[in-house]
Amino acid sequence: MAIAPVVNRRDFLKTGAAGGVALVVGFHLSPAALADQAQDQEKKTPNPFDAWVRITPDNRVTLILGKSEMGQGIMTALPMILAEELCVDWKQVKVQQAPTNPKMYDLGTGGSGSVAGSWLPLRRAGAAAREMLVAAAAKQWEVGPDTCKAQDGQVVHGHPQRSLSYGELVEAASKLPIPNLNTVPLKNSDDFTVVGHDTRRFEGRDKATGSAKFGIDSRVPGMLFAVVARCPVFGGKLASFDAATAKAVPGVRDVIPFETSGRGASTTGGVAVLADNSWAAIQGRNTLEVKWEEGPAAKESTAELQKQFLANAAKPGRVLRNEGDADSALGSSAKKIEAVYELPFAPHACMEPMNCTVQIRPDGAEAWIPTQAPQWAQGVIAEASKLPPEKVIVHTTLMGGGFGRRYQADFVMEAAQVATKSAGRPVMVLWTREDDMHHGFYRPASYHKMQGALDANGNLAAWKHFQTSTSIAAKWSQEGANDPGLGEFGTGATIPYITPNLRLEYTLAESSVPRAWWRSVEHSSSGFVVESFIDEIAAAAGQDPLAFRLKLIGEDRKIPRFGEEKATPLDTARLKGVLKLAAEKAGWGKPLPKGMGRGIAAFFSFNSYTAAVAEASVKDGAVKLHRLVYAVDCGRPINPDGIRAQVESAAIYGLSAALHDAITIKDGRVEQSNFNDYQMPRISATPKTEVHVIMSKEEPTGIGEPGLPVVTPAMCNAIFAATGKRIRRLPIRAGDLA
Amino acid sequence: MAISFTLNGKPQSVDVSPDMPLLWVLRDTLNMTGTKFGCGMALCGACTVHINGEATRSCITAISSVAGKKVTTIEGLSVDGSHPVQKAWMEEDVPQCGYCQSGQIMSAVALLSKKPNPTDTDIDDAMSGNICRCGTYQRIRKAIHRAASMQAGKA
Repeated sequence: MAIAPVVNRRDFLKTGAAGGVALVVGFHLSPAALADQAQDQEKKTPNPFDAWVRITPDNRVTLILGKSEMGQGIMTALPMILAEELCVDWKQVKVQQAPTNPKMYDLGTGGSGSVAGSWLPLRRAGAAAREMLVAAAAKQWEVGPDTCKAQDGQVVHGHPQRSLSYGELVEAASKLPIPNLNTVPLKNSDDFTVVGHDTRRFEGRDKATGSAKFGIDSRVPGMLFAVVARCPVFGGKLASFDAATAKAVPGVRDVIPFETSGRGASTTGGVAVLADNSWAAIQGRNTLEVKWEEGPAAKESTAELQKQFLANAAKPGRVLRNEGDADSALGSSAKKIEAVYELPFAPHACMEPMNCTVQIRPDGAEAWIPTQAPQWAQGVIAEASKLPPEKVIVHTTLMGGGFGRRYQADFVMEAAQVATKSAGRPVMVLWTREDDMHHGFYRPASYHKMQGALDANGNLAAWKHFQTSTSIAAKWSQEGANDPGLGEFGTGATIPYITPNLRLEYTLAESSVPRAWWRSVEHSSSGFVVESFIDEIAAAAGQDPLAFRLKLIGEDRKIPRFGEEKATPLDTARLKGVLKLAAEKAGWGKPLPKGMGRGIAAFFSFNSYTAAVAEASVKDGAVKLHRLVYAVDCGRPINPDGIRAQVESAAIYGLSAALHDAITIKDGRVEQSNFNDYQMPRISATPKTEVHVIMSKEEPTGIGEPGLPVVTPAMCNAIFAATGKRIRRLPIRAGDLA
Repeated sequence: MAISFTLNGKPQSVDVSPDMPLLWVLRDTLNMTGTKFGCGMALCGACTVHINGEATRSCITAISSVAGKKVTTIEGLSVDGSHPVQKAWMEEDVPQCGYCQSGQIMSAVALLSKKPNPTDTDIDDAMSGNICRCGTYQRIRKAIHRAASMQAGKA
C-alpha cells in the first residue's frame, strides 16, 4: 500500500473534511506512525496522521478513520473506546470513513486487527480532546483545570455546579495546543463505564429497516449496470465475441471488452454488458456469444491436485522447523500415530455479491465500493483512469460480508476498466452469485501428513507435520518477498504441546486457482489439523482429551512464536484458562445421552485464545451438532455482546467448513455455481451456542476470526467420541461416518 | 405496457419488460434497495417480500405476475423500525453485516402472521429458506420468540 507523506492539522482542515468550527485532534492508528508521534510533536513537524476526532458546536463527535464495517462491529466498538476517554455517550460518536487522501495513511480492515490496533490510539485521542475541552472551560471560568471535570459531554465545576457543553467549548478548545498524545493522562480502567459493557450495534436500526446502504445499493444519477462475461477457466483469455444478441436485449446500452492484469486480478478481463438495469445486463450477458482461449489451466482438476499432493507427500518437504530428532523418536517410540488430514478450497460466499460503482470524468473519478482496502481500490482506479490518486475519491460503503474476500481489488479493477470506456457515465459492475462462486479467491486446499509418538509414560515424544498446499504467499507475495511455507502453518507452527522432537516440512503445490485470506486464514486449516491430531494422540495414550492437553501444555509460560520472534508469544496460562472454562461450562466428563459425543479443541490465533466443547451425534449418515460451548480470551473486552456475536458467527462459518465448504475444480473451472450445488448451513443446523468471555485486563486482541479454528476439530472430536470414527478430511462425507 | 400493483399500501405503476423480476423492478426501477439480491434463483431468501401477505422470493417473481396484487417490502413494515419484529431484531442485536436481514425479517413477519406463537421447529421450517453467512441464526430464533411475546402483549 502506498505510504503517505505528510498531512498536518491545517492541511486536514483545508480539505474541508473538518467543515466549519470544530475541535480536531489528529492521531495515528498505524503502529509505526504511533512510535514517531512524540518525536513529531516535539519537533513541531507536521504529522502524517491517519485518523481524526472532530467535535462540532452541535455536540456531535465524529471519528474519521479508514476502517470498514462488514458486520464485525467496528462502528460500535471503536466509538465506545473513544467515548470512554472523551466522557460522552458513545452514541454521540459517529464513525465516518476517512477520505482516501493519498497524503494520509489509510489502513485496510482485516486480520482481526481493528480493536487491537485502535485501542491505545483512540484512548489517547479521546483523552487529548477531553483535556483541551476541560482547559477551555477552566480558562473561561478562570479556575484551575484540575478543579473541573468532564462528564456526559460537558465540563462541570463547583457547587452549585455550573457546566458548559462540549459544543459550547469547541471554538475555544480548538485554539489550544494539543497535549502530547503519548503522555496525556488516561482514565483508570476501574472507572470505565462504556468499555466492557454490552452494547447494541450502532447501525442496528438501519439494518433492521432496510435503510442501510451497501455497495450494491449505490445509486448515482445516470448510472448503468454492468454484468461481465469471464472465461470460466482460470487464466483463460478472450478470443472473440459477438455483441449482437446481447445488444438486442431491451435495456442493453453497450457491450465493452476489457482486460485486467497484475497482482490483484482474478481473471484476465472479459466482456461487460452495460444496461439500464441489472436484469437487462444479466440477460444480455447470458445471451452474449463469447469464445475463449482457455489456456493451460484447463487441464487442472481437484483429482489432479490430489495426485500432486500424494506425490509431494511421498517425498520429504523443505524443513521449516527442526528440534531434536523427530524421525528417530518416531522410529523408537513406544507408540506411533499417523494420520493424513485434507482440506479443500473454500469460498468466502459473502451474501452481498461483489460489486463496484465507478465514475471516471476527465478531471477526476469517484467510486462507491464495499471494500476492506479502500486505498488499494483508489490506486487501482487511478491506474486505470490515468488520474493522479488524489483525484480519485473512494466512498467505502457498508458491506454484506467481507471475510477477506473484500480485501481483494479484482472487482474494482473490472469496474475501473469498464468505466474508462463508458463515456463518463457511472457504472456499477455487479457480480451474480455464479460469478462470485466461479471467480473467488479461495482458502487454499491443503494436505497434511501427521506423525506423532508417545513414550512409555504417555508423553509426546515426537510431532512431525508435513504440509503440502496451494499457498497464499505463492499467489500474493511480490516475487521473492515471502516464501511459501511457514506462513501456511500460522500458529500451527508454534504448537503449545511439549515435545522434545518437533519437525515441520512443507512442499508447495502448483495451481492456477486464486487463493487468498479466508476467515481466520491458515488457522482454519492448522486448527483443524493440530487439534484433531492431538486428540488422536490422546486417544492412543488412553487419556482424557482435556487432561492430556493440559498435561502437554504444562506449566505457565510464554512460548515465542516460531519464525515470528517479534510477535506476541503464546501464553500457556491463558490457553489453559479457556480450555478449563469451556470444559467447566460444558460439563466436561458428565454423562451424555446415548449416541452423543463430546469433543474439545483450543487454539491461539490473532493473539486471542479460544476453546470450544462440541456435542454431536450421527444419525443416518448425517452429523448433528447440538451444542457448542466456547470460552474466549481476547484481552479486555470492549463490547462483550459484540464478542459473543462474532464468536457465534465464526461457529456457523466453521460449521459450514465442516459440513459443506468445498470448491472443486474440473477442466480448470469451478464446479459449484450457486446455493443449490454449494450448500450453506441453515437455521435448522444451528447448535445451541454459548460464548463465555473472559473479563481480562490484558490489551484487547482480535475476535472476528479466532472463533473459527476450534469449531471443526471440536466437532470432529465429538464425532469420534460418539462413534469411534475419525474425521480427517473436510467437508465431512457420509462415507467417512459409516 | 404499464403494470399496476399496490406497493406498501400505495398504488404503483411501472412500465418495464413483463418478465423482469420484481426484485429488479424494486431495486433498479424504483430505487427501493432494502430488498436484496443474493442468488437470483430463490435459494437464499435475501429478496423476500410479501405478495398478498405470503413470503415470496422476488428474484424469480416476474413483474407481470404481480399485477393487481399487494406487495409489501421491508420499507413497508414501518418507516422508523417500530414494527415488533424490527424492534425484536434490534433488541436481540441480530444483524451483523445485515445484508440478509431484510429477507429474514420479511420471512419472520410472514411466519408470525400465520403462527403467532411459533415453536423452534416452526421457526426452522419457515426460516430455512433464508441464508445468513454471518450465522446470526441463534439470535434470529430468539428475536422471533421475542417478537411473538411483544405481539401477544399488545393483543
